[in-house]
Amino acid sequence: MEFQAVVMAAGGGSRMTDLTSSIPKPLLPVGNRPLLWYPLNLLERAGFEEVIVITRKEIQKMLSLDTKMKLDFVYISDNVDMGTADSLRHIHQKIKTDVLVLSCDLITDVDLYKVVDLFRTHDATLSMLMKKAPEPTEVAPGQKGKKKPVEQRDFIGVDDTGKRLLFMANEADLDEELVIKRSILQKHPRMHIRTGLMDAHLYCLKKYVVDFLVENRTITSLRSELIPHLVRKQFSSPTSLLQGLDNKEEGRKKKEQASLDIYSFIKEDNSLLKPAPDNSCWNDHRGDMNETLHEGEKGRCVLKIKKGRRCRGVNTLALYIEANRQVPKLLLNLGQEEPLVHGTAQITDRGMVGSDSIIGSSTQIGEKTSIKHSIIGSACTINNKIKITNCIIMNSVTVEEGCCLQGSVICNNAVIEKGADIKDCLIGSDQRLETKGK
Amino acid sequence: MAEREAPGGEREPCRASGAAPGRGVSHVAPVPGAGPGAAPSVPVVVQGPELSREEKLQLRKEKKQQKKKKRNEKGTAAEPPEPGTAADPAQPRVTPHPASPPASANAPNDGEKPPGGKSKAELRAERRAKQEAERAQKQAKKAELGQGAAPAKPRLTPTEAPSVVKRLPEHVQVDDPAAQRKLAKKLERQQVPLRQDYGTKVNLFSHLHQYSRKKPLTQQMSIPSTVIHPAVVRLGLQYSQGIINGSNARCIALLEVFKQLIRDYSTPPNEELSRDLVAKLKPHISFLNQCRPLSVSMGNAIKFLKKEISCLPDTLREEEAKEKLQGTIDNYLREKIVLAAEAISKSAFEKINDNDVILVYGCSSLVNRTLCDAHTQTDRTFRVIVVDSRPRLEGRETLRRLVRHGIHCTYVMINAISYVLPEVSKVLLGAHALLANGSVMSRVGTSQIALVSKAYNVPVLVCCETYKFCERVQTDSFVSNELDDPDDLIVQRKGQAQLGGWAENKSLRLLNLVYDVTPPDLVDLVITDLGMIPCTSVPVVLRVKNVDQQ
Repeated sequence: MEFQAVVMAAGGGSRMTDLTSSIPKPLLPVGNRPLLWYPLNLLERAGFEEVIVITRKEIQKMLSLDTKMKLDFVYISDNVDMGTADSLRHIHQKIKTDVLVLSCDLITDVDLYKVVDLFRTHDATLSMLMKKAPEPTEVAPGQKGKKKPVEQRDFIGVDDTGKRLLFMANEADLDEELVIKRSILQKHPRMHIRTGLMDAHLYCLKKYVVDFLVENRTITSLRSELIPHLVRKQFSSPTSLLQGLDNKEEGRKKKEQASLDIYSFIKEDNSLLKPAPDNSCWNDHRGDMNETLHEGEKGRCVLKIKKGRRCRGVNTLALYIEANRQVPKLLLNLGQEEPLVHGTAQITDRGMVGSDSIIGSSTQIGEKTSIKHSIIGSACTINNKIKITNCIIMNSVTVEEGCCLQGSVICNNAVIEKGADIKDCLIGSDQRLETKGK
Repeated sequence: MAEREAPGGEREPCRASGAAPGRGVSHVAPVPGAGPGAAPSVPVVVQGPELSREEKLQLRKEKKQQKKKKRNEKGTAAEPPEPGTAADPAQPRVTPHPASPPASANAPNDGEKPPGGKSKAELRAERRAKQEAERAQKQAKKAELGQGAAPAKPRLTPTEAPSVVKRLPEHVQVDDPAAQRKLAKKLERQQVPLRQDYGTKVNLFSHLHQYSRKKPLTQQMSIPSTVIHPAVVRLGLQYSQGIINGSNARCIALLEVFKQLIRDYSTPPNEELSRDLVAKLKPHISFLNQCRPLSVSMGNAIKFLKKEISCLPDTLREEEAKEKLQGTIDNYLREKIVLAAEAISKSAFEKINDNDVILVYGCSSLVNRTLCDAHTQTDRTFRVIVVDSRPRLEGRETLRRLVRHGIHCTYVMINAISYVLPEVSKVLLGAHALLANGSVMSRVGTSQIALVSKAYNVPVLVCCETYKFCERVQTDSFVSNELDDPDDLIVQRKGQAQLGGWAENKSLRLLNLVYDVTPPDLVDLVITDLGMIPCTSVPVVLRVKNVDQQ
């Protein structure tokens, strides 16, 4: 078995509490499918047959997915606040091979084989997917106005070929200067530092990373702690490596005293493959005279940058709306056969429904209702003479006559009474809007 | 007259004149009765320098009769040659037999050389009979094989004469749809995806595959690969992306991966390890072949491994069998590659003298090792000129390794070789394979270097281990070669990619060859682990190897 897939679906959606107060994040409907469906679909298309899903108990109950894969749900209770690394530690018994970690909020049609190929070819410790950060173009409803200043940038250093990850730091961690190790520059004199990249939270990790996590309990989050640690460790020499091997019999204590070096977990059967690269004439860096696979370099981190727009994580409200807007095109790419307008929807007036709107099952849409660029969930009742533009309407919503909805998000079970005129609003679940409200 | 008889007379001038042999002409003269006409007057010297024609014929006849008597005593085994013998004197010149011109040229020497067994005529007859029998056999076989033999050109191998009609490998039959369909079916059966060709090919090479590096085979496979072992997938990717390059490196990596495969293998019930393991290896080998065509070194290693597996005795348990196999693989690695490299390096650096200027081309692990060893283990001073060529630019790697060792190097591109050759004392080349007719198959550009070196009278030495010897015969670089990704030829300069739009131009084709064949007369010496042999001794080595393995 080469890979095991793990989907992290236990997150709370801390950046969009308005939406997630009623619905847990993995179940948020995007294009009338729960958010969790998208990463699972990605894995299924790539050929995975089994996936481990880490989630909370109540989510699993509400989930109804039709996938051919065997889903292995692992529950973590609500009380304990577990980071992503903690979750991996929790399931480390199940992990026997290299692992592919996905976050539940990834909607993309990237070719997974490209990320994995980099991982395989270069025998890397970590392979991750990054995307060009989209420009925040529109203001999300429910948030007044001003864009927050971009202070959460990541500085990512890549080498000339664009494949090797050399440096990663978050702006928040740096005071005023960017500190780069000399050893990095000696080997890769040309380094491109990019700030416009966002992490897509898709990681391929080697098995020994999980072992390292098990031993090292101080790391709680993958993204913010483990990954930078791995990237930093690429170029530091494992002085303790050889010593560690010798002293193994002597004292385990010694090992614990020393900072638990990840190199000590790397099994030594890599040495079998050493003669081959010596004889081949490929080198991964131009900078200096060292051998290709320099002794100090045990962990390589590589990354794949996804150009193009079809990759997003759904973290904030703005992204959520953006994702919904992109979903119709995405679904086409994913080869979904279902028509955008569900069969059981009763639409009296087809002509008024725009071509990129998605209408869920059992939805009734009355006459003279025009729907453009919107997503309407299932079991909704939309009455007559309603104009809906750029909206996301979730399940079981009732919209009475004469309403005009623009740019809004309406959550489950809401009722919009007659004549309401709603613009750029976020309406929570079970709300009831009175007649002629604004 | 004396001069004409000189070859015959070599033996006896010392007797006749007491002078040293070897100067027949001048010493024949003083002998009285030297002329042919005077022969009857010197009956004593029956075996004299100038045997007249009549005497020679007489001698021949006597000897033949003696042999006949001997053979008749021995048995009837001599019967078949007899009728041939009778016919022979009548027809040596009538039937233009390939054996007869040399035989008749040897006629004057017939009398002097008492052949140990049959006479030349009888041997000739036997040969003829054998050849006719084989010809008849071949016709019969061809009639049987029918279609199978049709696209085959029987290879001119120097192996045994009743030739098995060898099929062309399908990797040189890309433009033959029938062969490609068979290949596709085979791959489907093994569940290995078929890699698509990329781009228009140059007409002369349309019978070869041309793949793109950007479209790896893993595109068509599921990600946790179940059919193909993950180590093999990784190896295939590393081959196709060019990370493992060079025939030694590829072979070593292949054998290591096979060791891992064998480790992870478990015999299914009701199956025998010796048969099942070979069957299990086949899809992996097809996969690697699709990623990048197998090199000759890899092919030989695979043949060896398959033979070892099928020769495993049935009595061994699975664990023991696996261990034994791993042991044989280790042995093969150690003997044929590692120790051979040491031996070659030792003999090669004997050839490096003080103040030598050595020219090397590209990146050959063996040549690099030789030069580094020569630098560290002897105190001879020499310098190296590294020649490089696009698009691979492998010479930079050689340069890096040599300079790191402290060897004085110069770096030029291949278009400059005629400028540097006047100061070069010898050329040291590596080889991908040595073919059965003595040609050297190596990185493209090697034959050019050999040619120019010949023009400048610089000795060309090729270093090659014996496990890379191949039974193929090639006189040109077209028939069996490898086409690399044509996009490698696109050059990026200041943001502009020259040749970037080559695919849109219908009349532009890019060719990126990987190997070329150097004819044997351009190579002066081949340094192998069996010693230093001339190029033409390769078939001998092959024959000896075959005998050894059987």
